[in-house]
Amino acid sequence: MPDVTFTVDGKKLTAPAGTLLIDACRKAGIEIPAFCYYPGLSLQAACRMCVVRQEKVPKLQTACTTTVAEGQVFITESPEIAQARKATIELLLGNHPLDCPVCDAGGECELQDMTFKYGAGESHYVEVKHHRDEQQWSPAVFYDRPRCILCYRCIRMCGEGMDVWALGIHNRGANSVIVPNDHQQLDCEQCGMCIDVCPVGALTSGSYRYKTRPWEMSHVSTVCTHCADGCKVTLGVRSTNDGAEIVRADNRDKSGINNDFLCAKGRFGFDFVESPDRLTQPLVRNAAGKLEPATWEHALRVAAAKLKEIRDARGGAAIGVIGSDRTTNEENYLLQKFARTVLQTNNIDHERTTDYAAFAHALAGTAGKTASLRDISSACAILLVGGNPTEEHPLLAWLLRTNVRLNRARLYIANSKPIKLDRQAKATQELPPDGFKSLAAFLDQGTSDFSKSLQAEESLVVLFGEEFRGEAVENLVAWGLKRGNVRFAYLGDHSNSRGAADMGLFPDLLPGYVPIEAPGAFAEYPNRPAAPGKTLPQMLEAASNGELGALLVVGANPVSRAKLDHAALKNTFIIVQDLFLTETAALADVVLPAASLYEKSGTVTNTYGDIQMVRKAADRAGVKPDFEILVRLAGAMGVDVSTLVPFGKRGTTGDLGQSRGAQAGEADRHAVWLEANNLEPKLSPFDPLALLDEIERLVPGYTLDRINLFAGNDVHTKLEATPGFVPVQALSNPDLIVPAHDTLFTSGTLGQYSTALKQLTQHQAKELAETAAD
Amino acid sequence: MPRLVSHPDEIKLVSRRFGMGATNIDRYLELGGYEAVKKCLAQGPEWIVEEMKASGLRGRGGAGFSAGMKWSFVPKQSAKPKYILVNGDESEPGTCKDHLIFLHDPHAVIEGTIIAGLAVGAKMGFIYLRGEYRYLLEIMERAVADAYDRGYLGKNIFGSGNEFQIITQTGAGAYEVGEESALMESLEGKRGVPRIKPPFPAVVGLYGGPTVINNAETIATVPQVITMGAQAYAALGTPRNGGTRLFCISGHVERPGVYELPMGYNLKKMIYEVAGGIRGGRKLKAVVPGGSSTPVLLPEEIDIGMDFDQVGKAGSMLGSGGVVVIDDQTCIVEFALRTISFYAHESCGWCIPCREGTDWLKKSLTRFHAGFGTDADIGNMQYLAENMLGRTFCPLGDAAAMPTIAFLKKFRKEFEDHLNGTPCPFAREGVPQLTVV
Amino acid sequence: MSPTSETMSLFSPALARRFDALVEKYPVKRSALIPMLLYAQDEVGYLSDAVVAEVAQRIGITELEVRNVATYYSMLRFKPAGKFNIQVCTNISCMLRGAYEVYERFQEELGVGPKGVTSDGLFSVEEVECIGACCWAPAIQVNYDFHDDLKPDLVPGILDQYRNPIQDQEKDQEKNA
Repeated sequence: MPDVTFTVDGKKLTAPAGTLLIDACRKAGIEIPAFCYYPGLSLQAACRMCVVRQEKVPKLQTACTTTVAEGQVFITESPEIAQARKATIELLLGNHPLDCPVCDAGGECELQDMTFKYGAGESHYVEVKHHRDEQQWSPAVFYDRPRCILCYRCIRMCGEGMDVWALGIHNRGANSVIVPNDHQQLDCEQCGMCIDVCPVGALTSGSYRYKTRPWEMSHVSTVCTHCADGCKVTLGVRSTNDGAEIVRADNRDKSGINNDFLCAKGRFGFDFVESPDRLTQPLVRNAAGKLEPATWEHALRVAAAKLKEIRDARGGAAIGVIGSDRTTNEENYLLQKFARTVLQTNNIDHERTTDYAAFAHALAGTAGKTASLRDISSACAILLVGGNPTEEHPLLAWLLRTNVRLNRARLYIANSKPIKLDRQAKATQELPPDGFKSLAAFLDQGTSDFSKSLQAEESLVVLFGEEFRGEAVENLVAWGLKRGNVRFAYLGDHSNSRGAADMGLFPDLLPGYVPIEAPGAFAEYPNRPAAPGKTLPQMLEAASNGELGALLVVGANPVSRAKLDHAALKNTFIIVQDLFLTETAALADVVLPAASLYEKSGTVTNTYGDIQMVRKAADRAGVKPDFEILVRLAGAMGVDVSTLVPFGKRGTTGDLGQSRGAQAGEADRHAVWLEANNLEPKLSPFDPLALLDEIERLVPGYTLDRINLFAGNDVHTKLEATPGFVPVQALSNPDLIVPAHDTLFTSGTLGQYSTALKQLTQHQAKELAETAAD
Repeated sequence: MPRLVSHPDEIKLVSRRFGMGATNIDRYLELGGYEAVKKCLAQGPEWIVEEMKASGLRGRGGAGFSAGMKWSFVPKQSAKPKYILVNGDESEPGTCKDHLIFLHDPHAVIEGTIIAGLAVGAKMGFIYLRGEYRYLLEIMERAVADAYDRGYLGKNIFGSGNEFQIITQTGAGAYEVGEESALMESLEGKRGVPRIKPPFPAVVGLYGGPTVINNAETIATVPQVITMGAQAYAALGTPRNGGTRLFCISGHVERPGVYELPMGYNLKKMIYEVAGGIRGGRKLKAVVPGGSSTPVLLPEEIDIGMDFDQVGKAGSMLGSGGVVVIDDQTCIVEFALRTISFYAHESCGWCIPCREGTDWLKKSLTRFHAGFGTDADIGNMQYLAENMLGRTFCPLGDAAAMPTIAFLKKFRKEFEDHLNGTPCPFAREGVPQLTVV
Repeated sequence: MSPTSETMSLFSPALARRFDALVEKYPVKRSALIPMLLYAQDEVGYLSDAVVAEVAQRIGITELEVRNVATYYSMLRFKPAGKFNIQVCTNISCMLRGAYEVYERFQEELGVGPKGVTSDGLFSVEEVECIGACCWAPAIQVNYDFHDDLKPDLVPGILDQYRNPIQDQEKDQEKNA
């Protein structure tokens, strides 16, 4: 649309013809109040708050439905308009309970704010107010009808936004009431978006209601720890006797790619942090064979002594290291660096849920071929093969739906089973369960309507699920590269599975998927062993055979996954860093209580390769971030920790940088950069950001736009920067990949310790049973 | 069976077949039926639209928009099918004219619908009757079936090669559905909540297609206009107010009924001569001239011609033609309460000013009429009504606000008489005080 | 077997057939919703959960959507009324001509209050908004039958018509003979 010029309150504004006046004004900094208008949702013109005066039009017009055209003249603030808005608020308050002192929304309520602004301070209303009792619709959602102003945001969010359509409206006039879909119970995805968009306190959250006043919380913007989409989340945090607790999760500041979206896990699943099962003291196995609480000093000393002893006596190959899909990039990077340079072993792996290595291999040498999550929301055409985003990647599903709804993007779905997103698809193609491998060949034939319309697309984003591993990934990517103008994303599990892979938690790949045999790779790592190490199953097998003297497990539970016999590991000294006493931790000799992602800082990379900052929100006395644990462990082994983490305002010493050849003064450079950007120099070896420079310098693809990253935005990495591959053994074994397939209410170990997610699981199971019985 | 009335001043056009058995298709044909549509088939769409414009026929639903103009807004070319929609959701209190049209002359509605279809190039029409009119729906259904049997409806109407289908539809109790876009929502199986305009129905209407929506009386008038010619029809009324109109005179008159009188007929004469004056020789207190949403007129204000412009000049509206006559034994507060409680009951609830405003007015008037009013209430009600006016999503808010303002202004004394615990001066023995729950 | 077929329907075979035709009648299936609800209510007496479920299934929308719509329209009800539901219009034109007196009289004769149902389930009585019979006020509807120009004294006679429909028919026949 061509730009048009129009006048608002005497100011000349320009916007594309057809822009809604309310949007054009907001963009120009002219605030127009509205209850029912919500960007991206259908228009209502119901609340009548956004009324403005348009020249030559007899009645006040709603800015939310007025589209701008050349030469129009508007007035948005005048005594007449203020009176109209004031009267509307007076009407709303007529039946409103005014129970602000006990209302969750008190202090962040749009009705309060508007009342304040338009000064509806006097009540003319002396009639008896309508009252209805509060209802609980699900463990997550409560409805307080008297507070409801009937803006229909919740209904639209649930229907148009979520494609769930679980909320409706019954009756008419003043008896109108929002209702859930199953006789006062909500049978839905429990995302809580309805609560989030409610401008008042009519919809409240089961986990937050009556817990605090908004102004008693600090708000920390970080990244969700659950799935691999990496939603930004604002945690409302409050001090407690032993740290700081999370009382709420939302993303009301609409920062990040997810805007205001969060799923049930992101919104309610933070409570694992407060689980009574949390480990808060290190545990050391005593002479009687029982785990008993110990001080951090003692536990670290025991663990370090044992690691040192085995390394020195039996060599690094007798030690295995297993990393995590949920720890930060810095922690993963540090872990592999610690393994390779301190423990002198390449026996390092993680619980692989996605074959990112094959993906990197397939893309090696190309440029600009990975799709960021932002690309999904603007792509014209998307092919989704396999996966079930609604269940496993709720944000992706949201962006796909939104892109189809608002931009008429064309979504093509090929899958072996029907999925909910089929409803948004332009075309679907059913595949036999084993049909993924031959998909590329099928599409090339181009005889079906599906492949024909796909071929006609000028550009394409290809999303594929965990059905693809090894060669299948390579084939699909090759097909896409051949057709051209394509970008890919691989849908993995867990909040930092991609980061674990990117940071080189592989026995045969260094950070950035650099093959371990590559000549000159990571030359600055002192004494790193040259030969590939053992994969995770190989390590466990070696441990069972008594070949592995020690096993360091960080944030993983391989015993549970491998269904290992407890006796099998009796000859291996096991050190576990975790939040909970998992099956693996229960077998350990030393257990070190770790902080969750919400209790530390660093960066994580989502499955699309978008890197984001994680900030410390909550705190729990007794636990330490994995980063700090590793640094302390290294220190206890007698290692100069500055060789692991370059820290300090001027670097520890000048030679730290010199030891890295041409890149002189790593820490110095870091400090200079920080000072130049008015940021705090990293003075502590426990500050993970002290490692970020090294990651950026050494890991291919991690060239970061720091200003954006530090400002809390997502920054896309470049997987394609990976150097050419030599085929290695790890790649040819897709069996190493075990997808987690977490759904809307499960989240691996974390989910097991979330009361909220368990309640939602039970609630939805009950709903399902009732539906089946009908 | 509704009683038919007549008066020498009547000019029977729309009502000319009332009581003549025209529900029977043969009888309708004998009485000149389906001649207009044949004429239209011969003359073509442009001619029809021009005739309609020239006739000065203004919408009989209440808004009084020129029917010919409305038809001319429909785009000639449209990717989506076009529709004709007949609004028979007659629900404005005081109005019962469509009732008689459906009862006595269903084929006139069908014929008018076909003509509208020919004029704008629509192939399908819907006749929507309020749910309460079940027996009339059955009459319409039979008439439509007969028209199909004769080939007046279907793929090849009157052998002309033109297609026209008619579907009859029932509502289920909702005044708001009388609003044109709400009616489309209802016809699409949804809540009867009006749509955002623009786009207007002529461009995006039923099922997203261009739609002409006319009141049943307007549609039933169309064949008369075609038959007698636009000029002759226009000449019957006053300038810019062509033809005749069915006036529903109800309330405290000697001979209530539906009378077809030329537009511009004097209101005073209508009450005192046509309808026989005030019942029981009482005195006139007030007149609601065009259905309950129109501002009340005092006896000294009724010496006016009943057309859109003259009634508008008198501070009220011609509306739907429902003239409600109120005698001097009536409590205006009670009358206002009954009027407002209707709008509160019928508010769709979509927008805040109407939903909350009608509820608030109803509660205040209830309390007020029960004798618990205060001085401040009168001002508050006035403030409230004035702040609803022009601010609601659709005209229903105005329909509640306008009469309220008029009652408060013109009968302020009577409101004041209810204050301070004074019982309603019109309380009658054996009649319960009206308290709406 | 599809539940839209007569055998699986909770409606009579005739009504089920009518519904099968109804959903085919419109350019968009959902247009059949409101008539279907009204006809279902005429037969079943009210919109029970089962009625809502079957209508939803026939139209192909959720039960929630059916209820969203059904609760909007005042003629549709979710509780049984009497076999003969007496709807007394008390809106302005009727009120002016004694509708409240008529309404009172019905309640007295039947011994029930507003929206009450007689113990034999035969009658219920309610106050309704304008039914479009203003010029013949006061008027009522008994189910869909109009009765106009009423006075309180005519109330017992109207009730008798519905209490003894057969007698009435015989009377009519006698009259005709």
